[in-house]
Amino acid sequence: MVSRTGAPLVEMRDISVSFGGIKAVDHVTVDLYPGEVVGLLGHNGAGKSTLIKCLSGAYRMDSGEILIDGEKVEITNPRDARRYNIETIYQTLALADNLDAASNLFLGRELVSPTGLVDDAQMEAETRKIMARLNPNFRKFQDPVKALSGGQRQSVAIARAVYFNARILIMDEPTAALGPQETQMVAELIEQLKAQGIGIFLIEHDIHNVMKLCDRASVMKNGQLVGTVNVAEVTDEDILGMIILGKQPRPHGAQ
Amino acid sequence: MAEANASGAGAGRRNIFKTLEFDTRLLGMVGAFILVCIVFNVLTDGRFLTPRNIFNLTIQTVSVAIMATGMVFVIVTRNIDLSVGSLLATCSAMMAITQTQALPSLGLDYGNPVIAPVAILVGLLTGGLIGAFQGWIVGYLSVPAFIVSLGGLLVWRNVAWYLTSGQTIGPLDDTFQTLGGIGGTLGVTGSWIFGVLATLVAWAAIAQARKARINHEFPVKPLWAEGVLMALSAAAILGFVAILNAYEVPSRVLRRAFEARGETMPEGFTAGYGIPFSVLLLIAVAVVMTVIARRTRLGRYIFATGGNPEAAELSGINTRLLTVKVFALMGVLCALAGMVASARLSFHSNDIGTLDELRVIAAAVIGGTALAGGIGTIYGAILGALIMQSLQSGMAMVGVDAPFQNIVVGVVLVLAVLIDILYRKRTGDR
Repeated sequence: MVSRTGAPLVEMRDISVSFGGIKAVDHVTVDLYPGEVVGLLGHNGAGKSTLIKCLSGAYRMDSGEILIDGEKVEITNPRDARRYNIETIYQTLALADNLDAASNLFLGRELVSPTGLVDDAQMEAETRKIMARLNPNFRKFQDPVKALSGGQRQSVAIARAVYFNARILIMDEPTAALGPQETQMVAELIEQLKAQGIGIFLIEHDIHNVMKLCDRASVMKNGQLVGTVNVAEVTDEDILGMIILGKQPRPHGAQ
Repeated sequence: MAEANASGAGAGRRNIFKTLEFDTRLLGMVGAFILVCIVFNVLTDGRFLTPRNIFNLTIQTVSVAIMATGMVFVIVTRNIDLSVGSLLATCSAMMAITQTQALPSLGLDYGNPVIAPVAILVGLLTGGLIGAFQGWIVGYLSVPAFIVSLGGLLVWRNVAWYLTSGQTIGPLDDTFQTLGGIGGTLGVTGSWIFGVLATLVAWAAIAQARKARINHEFPVKPLWAEGVLMALSAAAILGFVAILNAYEVPSRVLRRAFEARGETMPEGFTAGYGIPFSVLLLIAVAVVMTVIARRTRLGRYIFATGGNPEAAELSGINTRLLTVKVFALMGVLCALAGMVASARLSFHSNDIGTLDELRVIAAAVIGGTALAGGIGTIYGAILGALIMQSLQSGMAMVGVDAPFQNIVVGVVLVLAVLIDILYRKRTGDR
């Protein structure tokens, strides 16, 4: 079981984001401990992605603070997030379709030779190494990623997040575009990463995946936090009630 | 399974190209270029493919080709620059004023060796700063590049006019003029030395790439394929040198040169022109731009941003600053092109570079640069410029009426893009 003693790996305190008068995220507080998977649930437009993009540096929050290992940090762009070993797998995958797998994996962090030029051969070698671990069937190292299948593209996006020693991983619906076999692959990977002590925020719509993969679940509705529950202590009915009705689960299940 | 129906010979040929890892698009363009040359050669009774005409064709292409390499980066990042012809004029005006008015008024007389370098530096600074400024408006103020550069087209054309009061400024500095084309060439021996060195560099690059792949235990091409590549590169480079060397300096020009040195020309003395300095400059630009595109972070970010701007941003790439850099680079290349263009004319004229923006964009697009962004090559753009110039010169030699010349060029531009779209559909390349 996850031990929740000491400072959390990440704490997002009282976060608010508004877009043109609409409060997309309204005073939400969530946290994440090492080796833990916290599910972020809610309807489309509940504010999950917006909240998490404050952590990955894609959006700037209007108020609130982010603490990592108990210390307040400023994350104003994706580069800041990467500096704190926060890696993100976006729902859109955020791949440059015209570049090959290695170029995408190292985008923004290219390996360079002593002359300062990009070392493509070295990057391809590293890509082959990590792909052998993540997706041994992956062969298309020379093709632009637009020539890859949905699952292959997903494994490039995952490889990019995993390669750089992430401590905090954000996965935005990582299995939405995948078949059953590939979904299983992602589930196994999540278990592996947990065992390495990586903290994972998982945005997920499939309630079965949530029950299977997550330790805790934070439910959002209309930009507000409905509540956070220990998945082991509630039923999927309880969580659905939180998502759909914004209703707290029965007292015995509350945290 | 359309390919299964292809004839055996066709499939075999495709396999050879595949083994050589040739870019089929490049082959298509080279094929189109050769076709254009052959057709005009027939129509002109063999006057098109003479050393003299090929020499002229190359020096006429240089200015547009230099700018086209920069336009590739601009278009790859999903922008456009309509101001390049006008920017060329402003840079040319600045260089002309510097060498004929500003420096002489500081006491540097005509013929002083520092005049040319200083003038060029002023031009490069002008181009770089104006380009960066336009890029800043596009990147940081989010005004569409089409609008910014459309404004720039008017502004810089007329800044050049204002600076020179619309007057032709010349003659330009003698050293400066050697960069224009026929006024400055390497000569026969120098050209051969250059050709051999270039061949060795090409061979070293091929060998180096192979070694890197073997070191990482990646699959490599068969040795014979590498051999064919080496032979082809040597043939292309040395053949080009041979043609330019075969264009002989007219004897009256030689006689005058001897007389200027107080000597008399020996009977039967001949000399070839060899590679013009302006073509060397284009080659240098092409090499540097290709290295930037393929082997530097800047190039990687340019192509990533063109492929998916959002992904580039999320990968921590500062896409706004990137836009500034791309436009600044375009500006510097406009200055280089302006230098070559004015040096070739031997003066700055008020209409220099007019309509060049269209030629440059057409060259990049004919060369396979996709306006949707993310795709384009430097060699393609240069080949595109060469095809455009061949069409124009060829039609002029055949005696096609001026309006028809432009009509044909316009039709060819649209046709080239149509073929490219059909090609990409077939190969499934978006």
